[in-house]
This record gives sequence, structure tokens and C-alpha cells, in this order.
Amino acid sequence: MKKTVFLGALTIAGLAAGAAAAATLDDVKARGKLNCGVTTGLVGFAAPNANGEWEGFDVAVCRAVAAATLGDPTAVEFVPTTGKTRFTALASGEIDMLARNTTWTFSRDNDLKFEFVGVNYYDGQGFMVPKELGVSSAKELDGATVCIQTGTTTELNLADFFRSNNISYEPVPIETNAEAQQQYLAGACDVYTTDASGLAATRATFEDPSAHALLPEIISKEPLGPLVRHGDNEWGDIVRWTLNAMITAEELGVTSANVADMAANGTDNPEINRLLGTEGTLGEMIGLEADWAKNAIMAVGNYGEVFEGNIGESTPIGLARGLNAQWTEGGLMYSPPFR
Amino acid sequence: MSDTHSESIAFVRDTEIPPAPPPMAEAGAVKWLRENLFAGVFNSILTVLAFIALFYLMSGFLPWLFGGAWNTANIRECREVIQGSGGCFSVLTDRWNQLLFGIAYPSEAYWRPTLAFVMLFVAIAPVLFNNLPRQMLIFTGLYPFIAFWLIWGGTILIPLVALAGFVVGYFIFSALTKQSFAMALGGAVVGALVTWWLGGFVSQAMADVLALEQVPSRNMGGFMLNMILGVVCVSLSLPIGIVLALGRQSSMPIIKWICVVFIEFVRGVPLITLLFVANVVLAYFLPPGTNFDLILRVIIMITLFASAYIAEVIRGGLAALPRGQYEAADSLGLDYAQAMQLIILPQALKISIPGIVNVAVGLFKDTTLVSIISMFDLVGMIRGPILSSTDWNGVYWELWGFAALLFFVVCYAISQYSQWLERKLQTGHR
Repeated sequence: MKKTVFLGALTIAGLAAGAAAAATLDDVKARGKLNCGVTTGLVGFAAPNANGEWEGFDVAVCRAVAAATLGDPTAVEFVPTTGKTRFTALASGEIDMLARNTTWTFSRDNDLKFEFVGVNYYDGQGFMVPKELGVSSAKELDGATVCIQTGTTTELNLADFFRSNNISYEPVPIETNAEAQQQYLAGACDVYTTDASGLAATRATFEDPSAHALLPEIISKEPLGPLVRHGDNEWGDIVRWTLNAMITAEELGVTSANVADMAANGTDNPEINRLLGTEGTLGEMIGLEADWAKNAIMAVGNYGEVFEGNIGESTPIGLARGLNAQWTEGGLMYSPPFR
Repeated sequence: MSDTHSESIAFVRDTEIPPAPPPMAEAGAVKWLRENLFAGVFNSILTVLAFIALFYLMSGFLPWLFGGAWNTANIRECREVIQGSGGCFSVLTDRWNQLLFGIAYPSEAYWRPTLAFVMLFVAIAPVLFNNLPRQMLIFTGLYPFIAFWLIWGGTILIPLVALAGFVVGYFIFSALTKQSFAMALGGAVVGALVTWWLGGFVSQAMADVLALEQVPSRNMGGFMLNMILGVVCVSLSLPIGIVLALGRQSSMPIIKWICVVFIEFVRGVPLITLLFVANVVLAYFLPPGTNFDLILRVIIMITLFASAYIAEVIRGGLAALPRGQYEAADSLGLDYAQAMQLIILPQALKISIPGIVNVAVGLFKDTTLVSIISMFDLVGMIRGPILSSTDWNGVYWELWGFAALLFFVVCYAISQYSQWLERKLQTGHR
């Protein structure tokens, strides 16, 4: 008897969870705030400034979604998550979406039951060496000592790379990025390897960044993107197309500066008009106001503006667009059409 | 005539000779130096070596400390100013409020936790020093409610209702305690619960009475969070620990086994595991949408953890008492509660002071573990937002040194107090 009651309670709890998950948009609207999971801090991608306001490349995605759904880019409750707590926070419904430079992998998508809605940054594992070492390619690193974070995929990628190129290396295991910076600067290892964006951010903090070089080889694929829970496709679509709207806006030349003008006066380009809601009913199809994309772009800017403002070449981090350039400029950023 | 001294003896002193100064080598600084620093060849060598080491350390440390930059906006600007020597202390001035209060506490309300912090000293003073007027204990009793109201905000009715529950419980307890201790305790709990339940309606209906701006728990951070967790958990875990220790010594099997299982289980699990349970696992068991305050969850877990340790420390104190003390209490005709209050616990607690302080200091430092479950306490603030801002990525020594300094000040003060208390309570049994 007791067991039945217990199981019944569990079922109801499960159903309630399912029902709650099925209408994330309604939850967000009722709450008036988007709960967005971010990292506890990653240079350029997400960190609070001196006034406690979150800023960064991933944060912009949260703000864009909030602007698209609620019309207000500040209506975001940022929930800081660590690498260990991020997935449970999303699965338990504590957050509506996760924008925390998370690599899109098969097992995360299927086994953990999440929905990656796209890629906002194509990263990959790279190498940093002091210039005085005189190395210009990772294949010349035979016998080098390598600082490597333990327990990460980077460790496995490194072993694969050196094995397939038939060269040897000596690993120096380290725990955190901060420790790695110290060890590398102290000369405990010849090479430091982690994600290329992380390397660039690390190098930017050195006293003399120009004395260190990033090698051209990228030895793994790390597509980073925002994700939502399985089971609420409408909400997944909203996040996916908000990201696509930012990418499309860059391709079409819509910026935070000219978007208000374009939406008010209309343009000759029908796709811009559809994107900004002055033509067609795209907003209605996705369950939002007609000007959802306009709000998002007005709030944070298009993809290129977000990139330049947070991690681009004008910032101390100084990442080049590389793979993250528009497809028209030789990169991989390619949004499906707004039609 | 010749019998008088002045005639028969050439000279007689009738005052004492003033003491001659000791030889140069046996007085003052020279003596101290000789005895303590240069007593023998080996000691002299060590002294010289120590001074060289000290000079070497200071010649690096002092320019770093005094040549530092305090007014720059980011690490690049700072490096231009200091030119290779000196520390970037501007990170402390730039992020001062964040280090103390976290990122999200409203800045116009900083006076509230500050006031609560100042009042904390007034509140704990009569507990720590028993020569202060006993009336101050009234303020101590009110302090938790005032502090809650100040830090979390909201209507003052919530802490008032909580206080009313305790007052009702106390009166029921003191009315019934003549008849039976257990009955009084049960009655007090029921009375308090009824008061809270009824008061809940009142405080919900009048949510604007004397309301301060409400600050949700997830906006707490910085050293304030460490202080909240440390103070609350230490003061809660002490009484719980005493009860557990007594329960473990009890002759009633059920109570004894509950206490044994609890203590052994909690002591056998790392604190970080309990924190993960509080943060992550509980979210799966609670129905979606319930918002069981995260700080409350963490406080419960840390308190459970600390009380198990304190229980064992106090059990050691109880075990150290001679059997005769228990028998003496019995022979006076005291019942269990009286015997414990008047004879056993005062002695047992005195023996346990060093152990309790040890647990308290350890617990206070353990509050930094909450940074791992993504709460922005002092360490979480440094590891997360500050070190990963584009402005300050790369400033390690200044930030960690500051954190270490804050913790050292608090822990050293606790340790000094406990040594003072031990000296004061010493009754010469050793």
C-alpha cells in the first residue's frame, strides 16, 4: 500500500515535471524573467563587471533570448554554474537554457537528453609556445613537455595527436587554468595546450604577450553552443532562431545601430523585412511578437558585433574570427534562411 | 669619646651603596641578543642565516606592498603604472564591494549587512565575557531576528512571528517543566509551531509593514556569505552537538542508536558530498517549481556536519569526567536534566573548549567550499567573476593574499579568545 502511494506520488511528480517542461515559454513569461545558466566566469565569455552586471559572449545569447521573448534584455536571472553542476541545473528545471561554452557532443545530446540548438563559437584545441623555442608547427614538438589539464577531453586529444604523428611528449598534469599559467610562465613546461580561445585569453594576461605564439594546428573540434532540455521543441526553436537571427543579421548588414531605422522605414531586402517583422508572420509562427528579432538585435547587436565587443581583435583577448566568420567570408557561421 | 663610631672607625656607611650597573655584556639589549640570538657559534650562524633570509624576503615583499598601484582600472593599466615591481592592489579597490558583498547585493543596501556585522559584536560580547551586564543577553536573543531582517529584508513581521514562536514555546516550557521535562519540551515545540503557522497568515497579509527591500538568497556573496554561514552554523551546531553527545551516552537504546548512526554517518561523508547533495541532488527530489532556499540548504548541511564533529568532541569531555561526578550528582537527588546542567556539562564543556574551537575554526574555513557548488563566497568571487573578467585575469597574489588575510584575522581572533577562556576557567586540576 505504502509503496503504491509512493510510486503514485513519484508519477505525479514526474508528470508535473513533464508538464512544466513542456511550456517553458509560458513559464518564462509568467515569471517575467529568463533563468539563464552561465559559467561562474570565463574571460570574454561570461563574467560580471565591477557593477555586478554580467557581460560576455555567452551572456549576449541569454540577453538576446530575453529580449526576443520578453522584450527586455535585462530580464535575465543569471545562474552561475560550474562544469559539475551545469547539466543538473538544466535537467532539474532550475534554468531555462544553458549558454556556458558547452561542447556539443553525441553523448550530451542523446544520453543526457539535451537539445543543442546551434553553435555560437567553433573552438578547438591548440598549442601555445614561447617564441624563443623557435617552433612553428606542433609537429616539431617531439620530446616536448606539455602542460595539460587532467581529466579533460584535451588530455585524450593530445595523446591521439602525438600518437598519430608518431612523436613523443612528456605530460605535466595540472588542475586549473590558473595553475597552468603559472607553470607555463615558470618554464615547467615547453607547451601549454587547451582550447584555442582559452589560450588566447590566457596569453592576453601575460606581461609580454608578444613573446608567446599560438601554433597553427587545431587538433580537435569543440563546437560550443547554447542548449535546452529535451521535450520542449517550441522553446528550443525560440533559442535556436534567436541565435540564427543574430547570425543572419550580420550577414544582411543589420546592426544594433541601424536596426531601428530599418524596422521603421522598411528596406528593399525582403529577408530583412521578414527578419524584423515588417513583412510576413514569422513572429507568430514561433509564438512571439512580430518584432522579436528586432528586439534581440537592438539589445545585443548582431553576431559580429557581439564577437568584436567581447572577444574580438579590438579587445585584449584579441581572437580572430577564423572559423567563426560568416560563410560568405570563409567561416562556418551559416544560418538557415528566414522564410 | 673614642667609643663613638665616628672616632673609632674611619668611615661607616649609613646608606646602602647604589647597585652598580651590570657589566655591559650582561645587561639590556646586549644581554638579550647574546642569550637569544648569539649563544654559541651554531646559534650565531643560524641567526645570521635567518636574518639574510628575512632580508631577502622583505626586499621582495616590501617594494611589492608599498610600490603597488591602487587606482588603476585594469591589469594592463596597472602594469604600466608599476613597471614590473609592486602589486596590482587596484583589483581590491575596484572590486572591494564585490569581495565583501558579492556581485548581486544591491549597493544602496550595503549598510544593512554592515550594521548587522557591527551588531554581531554587541550580541556575542555577553556570551563571550561574563563580566558584562547580563541584561545584554536580551539583545543577544533578539539579534538573529534583527540580523535576518537587515540582511534579507522584507517585512519585519516575518522575524517577529519567528520570535513570537520561540517566546510562546519558552513560556509553555517553563510552565510545564516542573512536571516533566519531556512533556514541557513537546508542549513548547507544538506551541511554537502553532504560532508560526498562524503568524504565517498575518505576515503574508501584511507584507509591507516596515519592509526593507528584499534580497533573495542567491544574491548573497563575498565575505558576507562566509560570515553568515560561519556564524549561523557554529552557533547552531553547538547546541545540536551537545544534544547528540548526551544522546550517544544515553541508556535509552533508540535515542542512543539514532545518535550513533547519525554521527557515524555524517562523519564518514566528506562535507563536499553533502554540499553537492544540498545543491544538486535535492533539486531532483523536490517537485519542480519549489524553491527551497539554497543558503538554507547549505546551512542545514554544514550544521549537520559540524554538529557531528562537535558531538564527538563533547563526548570526549564527558568521558574525561571522573565517574564520581555522575554519582555525586545522583546522590544529591538531582534528576537527569539538573545533573547535566549543574554538574556534568559545565565541567565537560570546559575540557572540550580547545576541541570545540578547533572545529569552529575549521568550519569557518570550510565555508569556502560552497564556491564549488557555484555560490559566490569570497573564494568563489575570486575564482569566478574577478579572475575571469577581462580586466583582472592574471592577478593572483593580491587577491588570494587578501582572502587569506581576512580569514586569518577571524580565525586568529577565535583562537586567542579560546586561549584566554581556558586560562580564565583553569581551576588547577592539572
